[in-house]
Formats: sequence, structure tokens, C-alpha cells
Amino acid sequence: MATLVVLLVFALFIVAILTGGYNKQMISRFRSHWLWEWLTTVDHKKIGILYAIGGGFFFIFGGIEALLMRIQLFFPDNQFIVGRDFNELLSMHGTTMIFFVAMPLLFALMNVAVPLQIGARDVAFPFLNALGFWLFLAGGLLMNLGWLFGGAPDSGWTNYVPIALNQYSPGSGIDYYVLGLQIAGFGTTMGGLNFLATIINMRAPGMGFLRMPLFTWTSFVASALILFGFPPLTAGLFLVMFDRLFGAQFFEVALGGNPVIWQHLFWIFGHPEVYIVVLPAFGVMSDVISNFARKRLFGYTSMVFATLLIGFLGFMVWAHHMFTVGMGPMVNSIFAIATMAIAVPTGIKVFNWMFTMWGGKITYSTAMLYAVGFIPTFVLGGVTGIMLALPPADFQYHDSYFVVAHFHYVLIGGTVFGILSGLYYWWPKMFGYKLNETLGKWNFWVFFIGFHLTFLIQHFIGLFGMPRRYFTYQEEDGITLFNQISTVGAVMMGVGALLFVANIVVSYRNRTSLVAGNDPWDGRTLEWAISSPPPVFNFAQLPQVRSLDCWWHEKMEGNKEMEPAEPLDHIHMPNDTPLPIIMSLGFFISGLGLVFRAFEVGVLGLVVVVVTMFVRSFKPDHGYHIEVEEIKATKKGA
Amino acid sequence: MSRGKPIGRLFLFFAMFALLLTGCEKPLSNVLDPQGKIGKEQLELINLSVYIMIFVCVIVFAIFFYVLLRFRRKPGDNAIPKQVEGSLMLETLWIVIPIILLVILAIPTVMTTFSQAKEAPKTASEDFIRVKATGHQFWWEFEYPDYKIRTSQELHIPVGKKVYVEVTSDDVVHAFWVPGLAGKVDASPGRINRIPIDADKPGIYKGRCAELCGASHALMNFQVVAEKPSEFEKWAKKRQKPKSEPQTVEAKDGKKVFAQNCMSCHAIDGTKLKMKGDKAPNLTGFAKRNKIGGLLDNNEKNLDRWLKNPEKVKPGTYMPGFSHLNKKDLSSLKTYLKSLK
Ligand code: HEC
Ligand SMILES: [Cu+2]
Repeated sequence: MATLVVLLVFALFIVAILTGGYNKQMISRFRSHWLWEWLTTVDHKKIGILYAIGGGFFFIFGGIEALLMRIQLFFPDNQFIVGRDFNELLSMHGTTMIFFVAMPLLFALMNVAVPLQIGARDVAFPFLNALGFWLFLAGGLLMNLGWLFGGAPDSGWTNYVPIALNQYSPGSGIDYYVLGLQIAGFGTTMGGLNFLATIINMRAPGMGFLRMPLFTWTSFVASALILFGFPPLTAGLFLVMFDRLFGAQFFEVALGGNPVIWQHLFWIFGHPEVYIVVLPAFGVMSDVISNFARKRLFGYTSMVFATLLIGFLGFMVWAHHMFTVGMGPMVNSIFAIATMAIAVPTGIKVFNWMFTMWGGKITYSTAMLYAVGFIPTFVLGGVTGIMLALPPADFQYHDSYFVVAHFHYVLIGGTVFGILSGLYYWWPKMFGYKLNETLGKWNFWVFFIGFHLTFLIQHFIGLFGMPRRYFTYQEEDGITLFNQISTVGAVMMGVGALLFVANIVVSYRNRTSLVAGNDPWDGRTLEWAISSPPPVFNFAQLPQVRSLDCWWHEKMEGNKEMEPAEPLDHIHMPNDTPLPIIMSLGFFISGLGLVFRAFEVGVLGLVVVVVTMFVRSFKPDHGYHIEVEEIKATKKGA
Repeated sequence: MSRGKPIGRLFLFFAMFALLLTGCEKPLSNVLDPQGKIGKEQLELINLSVYIMIFVCVIVFAIFFYVLLRFRRKPGDNAIPKQVEGSLMLETLWIVIPIILLVILAIPTVMTTFSQAKEAPKTASEDFIRVKATGHQFWWEFEYPDYKIRTSQELHIPVGKKVYVEVTSDDVVHAFWVPGLAGKVDASPGRINRIPIDADKPGIYKGRCAELCGASHALMNFQVVAEKPSEFEKWAKKRQKPKSEPQTVEAKDGKKVFAQNCMSCHAIDGTKLKMKGDKAPNLTGFAKRNKIGGLLDNNEKNLDRWLKNPEKVKPGTYMPGFSHLNKKDLSSLKTYLKSLK
């Protein structure tokens, strides 16, 4: 406690020096700084960019972890990183990539595109939106602090008990995991809730459910999955937290606890989670493919129902991750058949994508390349998925590199390709300029080839008997060369990722020659009807939607813009607020305190949270109005 | 299900190819070339699924590449393609065909799932043997209840007989897997899972732990030694009456060192030691084992390495190092260990 006070005073001291001490100007100086605007924003477009930066930041960590593991596996019996250290790498790689890369990057795209696609001025709860982002960041940073203080989580992203309990993982690693994920999970749940409310309530006049672009649809279903999928995880994390921090014995076998409960809780969340991260990617693909084939999506209605069906079945199949737990042939068979059933709606999607391109005029932009490269990759991941669904066969595949290959095919081939496609596609809408296409193609091919080089061979590594999460193998296993090929591929993927970064830098430098205009891709959906980047209020007048692919429809009618559904009037906007970041800071402090068993600090953090909640609830904040004159001026300026 | 065979051969070809490239003798841990009936049944299912999936992939890829090449937009082509809404016929087609394929796959799947889940008969018989396998961080213990033998790291089984393995764990979740024989099952604390395995051919098969269980998860190997039934019986007899009493003076000294340092964790059957530790591998017949700790070749140099610093070999192991023993004690200890037959 005493150290804490000293640190606090010291921190205040430093802040005072840096800011020139407290005086009346300090606050105004603070407020006029450009950073302040980003820290307090509630604008969905800015929050989208923040999510993208956050996800990209953690991607660096996750990527380095992956490369270190592949380097260790280059030689048999290598001694580069072994034992617990390797376990930390694999645990953090998985956790980071799922929770702190895939999810935020998808939230980035959702924030950027969904409100624009449905003709809304913002999301339903802008405050919650900002809070969701800051909580994600707080959770991610907290978990990565493990690298510096006390050790990172080391029990896999699945965090099975009992290895995750104090007895077998005595450091603070798992505490970081448990608390970091709870904090980030709060944020994600709020995000999901927010998008559900937004899509249900904020659609522009005429935008019926069956006129929504597929990306909005898939985001909608993914949000519903978040809402129902995260609570079981939170419950499980709570149990582990009580076991670790307060000596509860939920999972203590000697006292009648049952570790298998954790596995169920985890996978009841975990399987929907893979659909949470892959469905929005499906949506991106659908929009991009239809855009660049210049055709309406083939079988739109069946696409929508396939999405709903996948979302629904996604909750019925979790136990296929647990065939070897010993649940008996009956349970295994039921879950096997449910799993196979998911292949049907997924198949519908694949064929619909191909027949969207059939008869179209395909332009191979980088966004389209990623969408197109996604199809065969995802199909391969899908067929190995069916193979894994057969329990007796799964007894052989389970927890081997075959599984590693399978889920990277769906998570990289699906989610990551989808995210990259979406970033290339919506970049002009986010920033007003396109990314460089030549570099983009390099980026695609290097990443794509590197990916297949890394993971195709891993199917065979698994079939030759190498389990996953192994830090080494022996010469006699006969898989040295395979592992080396895989490592080379991984390095190539790293180069591909760097090319993307290079593209961002180069394009930013040349942004004046890459200016996009409102509609750089000859788009079909509503977001392309407004300027790039859009004004704060998005739509000066809410548009009247008259069909699916409404913007394309208007263009075909010869219209230059959407027909407005309301007269030009002043627009009500929410105020920026620092409360979300303060509240997240409270959670962060509280989490850190609990990790180090400094319960006073834990409580202190929660006090900060409660106080900000109080302020938020009782201090009226009515937002502000943008007057008609100003709207007209923005319109002319754009 | 002979339909699956060609694919199996294709895989086998890959397997051979890999062996050629790495120039290695006999891993015997190949899922695609299992040496037991149960593994072969599982392989048949794998083959059937691969067969169907290749069919699917061929169709999808054919359409895919055709579309990509045929419908690319030529420069300057600004024509608007026909905006097709969908096609009931086509869409029904790709709902119905996958369902048919899945039914073809589901029936044998469910049948095999149930047939392989049959449990061991209650009474002992000549046709099968029973083994209890217990996972520990980071070693395996094997107990033969019908023979009253307890051993570790090395699982001896008779060729041609079904072996019903009862798998459990003493600490965290492990998984018992012998890729070259059959699939795996979890070893969870407080649970007993049963799986059958069998081998058609004598040989040594690599066993592995397949569920992350801590620092040395990757090193928790064991060996399955499949022998002719007569030889298995011989081995079992020997293990029931082991030669564990020291014969030479040096070995006698070694036993004393053992009693002072190791007895609390390790047991040796057939000796008059004061206690029989059960926290560590039973060392009866240690000299006959192929591997130390399931990992290192069993020779003088490796035994020395292991005794002096086991942490270096298996990070996180509970076995303490004994580099503090003086040279004489250490060498007599090793002599004693090497006399355990
Ligand atoms: C604290 C308990 C403990 C003590 C004391 C101990 N060991 Fe061990 N020993 C273990 C454990 C646990 C293992 C299993 C390590 C593994 O493979 O992960 C082991 C493994 C071994 C093995 C390899 C066994 C095999 O099946 O291949 C040998 C040999 C061995 N110990 C010898 C000794 C000797 C000799 C001593 C005394 C000088 C000794 N141990 C003292 C715990 C102990
Ligand atoms: Cu294990």
C-alpha cells in the first residue's frame, strides 16, 4: 500500500512537470490537443479507427510470438525456447490473436461500415461504443503486462484446469488471463449489444431487414452470438478467479470438483466464438465479391438464412472439441451429426459466392484478391472440419497438428483474409484515399503463399503423430523437414504482413495521388453514397432506401445521390466524453491490483469505476446540435 | 469400404516420401499406417471422409477456377452484367447434394463410434488384457491388474490381443495417444476413460501425451512394446519375480545410496527396502528399459545426465538433481540401477 501511495505521488509529480503544473489554462490546453479528441471520442468512425490501431498493435505481439515458436520448431530437440517459456508463447499467441486481434479488427470494420450501410448517424449507444473499445484495450494491455511482471499465462488459450490452478501454475500468469479476459469481455459484450440495438433500431427509412447488406447481416448475427456466447466464458472465468484468488475449490477433484465443467463452459463460448470471428468475414466477402463482380449477390435470401442457421447451429456443437473427454458414444454421435449439419449452410454460401461471380465482370483489386483467395482456403478448412467431426477419426486428429492446420485455415483463410479484404475495401471510406494497389498485390501474394506453405504441411505433421503445443520433436519422428517448411512459410507470412504495413506508410505519403472520392469501387451499398471520409453526422438527410443494393439501384436510375427521406434540419449529436477511458482505467487498476493480490488496489479501481458510473448517470449530458448552416457548409466543402 | 483405399495409398505415398526425405528408420507413429485393427477402422473412416471431401473439392475448385478465368473484366468493358437474383433449382441442388454426402458419411461414423466404445468384459480371459494407465507430470505409469505388475514409461502388450486401457490422471489433464496403433483419450483426474488398443505386428510404437499438461508436455513420451504373446508372458513372469537384489559389492553400496536418496519417491519391487515410494516411476527392471524417462536412450551417459540434472532434460520435472552425490556413490548407484533386470 505504501509503495502505491509513493508511486501515485510520483506519477502526479511527473505529470505536473510535463504539463507545466496545474492552472486554469491547463485544462483548456489539454482539451485542444488532438490526442484529447481521440481519447474522448464517441464517433463510430473514429472508434473504428481506434479499434483498427489497437488490433494492429496486438497483432505485432501475436505475430512475434508465432515466429518465435516456429523458430524453436525449426530443429528437432532445439533448445531455443523450451518448457514453460514456450507454453507462455503458445498461450499468449492464441489468446492475443483471438481476443485482441481478430475481435477488435472485426469491430473496427463493423464500426466503420455498419452504421453507414444501414443509413444511421451513429450507433445506438455511442458512449457504450467508446467504453467497449477502452475496455478491450485495458484488458489486452493488462494481459500483456504478464511479459514484464510475473510471467504470462501458460495454460493455453483454452486455459484448462487443473493446470491453470495455483498448484500447477503458481505465477501470476493465469491471473492476468482471467482478469484481462473479463475486462475485455465486458467490452466485447457491450459492443455486441450495441450493434444489435443499432441494427434493429437505427435503419434508415425503407431499409428493411431483407435489404440490409450481407456485412450488416453477419455483424448482426455475430453480435447475437457475442451476447449469448460470452456469459458462459465469464462464468467460467469467475470460477477460476475464485479458485485462484480466494481459495474456492470449484475445480478441486479431491473435494468433488469437476475440471470437465470448465471445458464445457469454455467451449460453449469457444465454438460460437469461432463463428463470431468468421461470420463478419463472410459478410465482407459477400459485399466485396458482389461489388467487384458488378453483380447482385446470388441467392441473397438463402445467404441470410444460411447465416442465421450457422449462428443457431453454432451453439449446438461445442462438444466436438471434447470428443476425447470420454462422454460416451451417444453424446459423441449427436454432436458429430450436429457438426456435420453446419456444412450445409456453409456450402450454400460457398456456391452462392461462386455463382455471384458467374456471369459477372470481375475486377481483381487487392480487396477482391483476398476475397477470392479466401474461397479455396476456406473450403479446405471446411472439409478438414468435417473430417474432424467424425469421433473415431477425431480420436486420431484431436490435439494434433492436424487440428492446428485446420483452425488456421478457417481463422486465417476466413477471418484474417476477410479483415484484410475489408481494410483494403473500406480504407478509402475511412481515410479518403486508397491503399496502393501494386503493393497490395505483393502483400496478397506473399501472405497467401506463405500461409499455405506454413499450414498445408501441418496436416501431415499431425498425421505423423505430432501433438499440438509441443515445444519440440525428435529426429526419429521424421517430421524435421516438414517443420522447416512450415517455419519458412511463417517467415514469409511475416514478410507479407510487413508489406501491408509498408503499404500503409507508402500510401499515406502519396495520399494526394490516391484520393478516393465518394465511390472509388463503383459500389452498391449505402456507404458509397456519401463523402469519404464521411462528415461527423454521416448523412445530412437520412436516405430513402428503395431496394437491396440501394446505391447501385439509384445509380442505375441515373440519380447522383440518394433521395432524402427527411427535410434538411439541425442534427442532434452526442458530446465527447472522457468517462469511458477513466472507467476503463479503473478496471485496469483493479485488475492489476487483484493480480498482485493487493486487494486494496483492487477495490480502489472499482471505486473509480463506480464513481464514473455515478457521474455518467447523474450529470445530465444532452449532447449538442449541428445547425443547418453548418451542414450546408460541410456539404459544399466536401 | 474398399473405396477409400486409393486415397490411403496416396497418403501412404506422402508418408514414404517424408521418410525418404528425412532418411529415418522407423517412427511407427503414423496415423495413416496404423498397425492395429482399431487404428485401421479409424483409418477407414478417415479414408472415406477424404474420398468424399476430395470429390467436393474437385467440384468446387473446377467451378471456382472456371469462373475466375472466364468472367474477368476486360479493360474498357463497361457493360453491366445481368443482375441475377438466384436460382431455386441450383440452390436446392447444393442443399440436397451435401445432405446426401453427409448421410453417407454419418452412417459409418455413428456405427464405428458405437462399436469402438464397447467396454472390457468383466471377467478376465485369454483374449484380452487389461491395463491401467495413469498420467503424471511428466511420465506414465502402467498397472496390469490381472498380473499384479506396476511399471512405467514402457507399456508391454501382446500382439493380436485387445488391450483395454483404463486411462486416468494423478494431477492435471493429459491424453493417452499411440498414433501408430489407435486414437487417443483424455486422462483426467477423478475420471476413468476406457479405450481399446491393439497391435498386429511386433514392434515399438511411440506414445505421446496429447493434452497440454505443463512445462514438459512435449517430452512426456512413452513406448508401447508389442511382442508375441509368449514373449509377453515371459516378460510378465520376469516382472513378477524381478532380480532386484544387488549381486556385487558395488551394487550393494548403490542400493544403500538408493535407500538414502530415492526410496521416498521410487519403488523397486523384489527388494527389502523400507518403503515403496509412489510419487515417481517404479524402477523395477530398469536396466531392461529402452529409454530413460521415456525420452533418452538408456545408456551410461544419459543416466548420468538424468541423475545429475533432470531439470535440464525435462523442464519442470519433480525429480531433483543429484549432482551433489560424491563420485563413488553416484557410480555405485548407477551400477545398482543397471543391475535391475
Ligand atoms: C522427489 C521425488 C524423487 C526423488 C527423491 C527421486 N526421483 Fe527419480 N524420478 C522422479 C520423478 C517424478 C521421475 C519421472 C520424471 C519424468 O519422466 O518426468 C523420476 C524419474 C527417474 C528415472 C527415470 C525413470 C524411468 O522410468 O525411465 C530414474 C532412473 C530415476 N528417477 C532415478 C532416481 C534416483 C537414482 C534417485 C535417487 C538418487 C531418484 N530418482 C530420486 C522423482 C524422484
Ligand atoms: Cu501430459
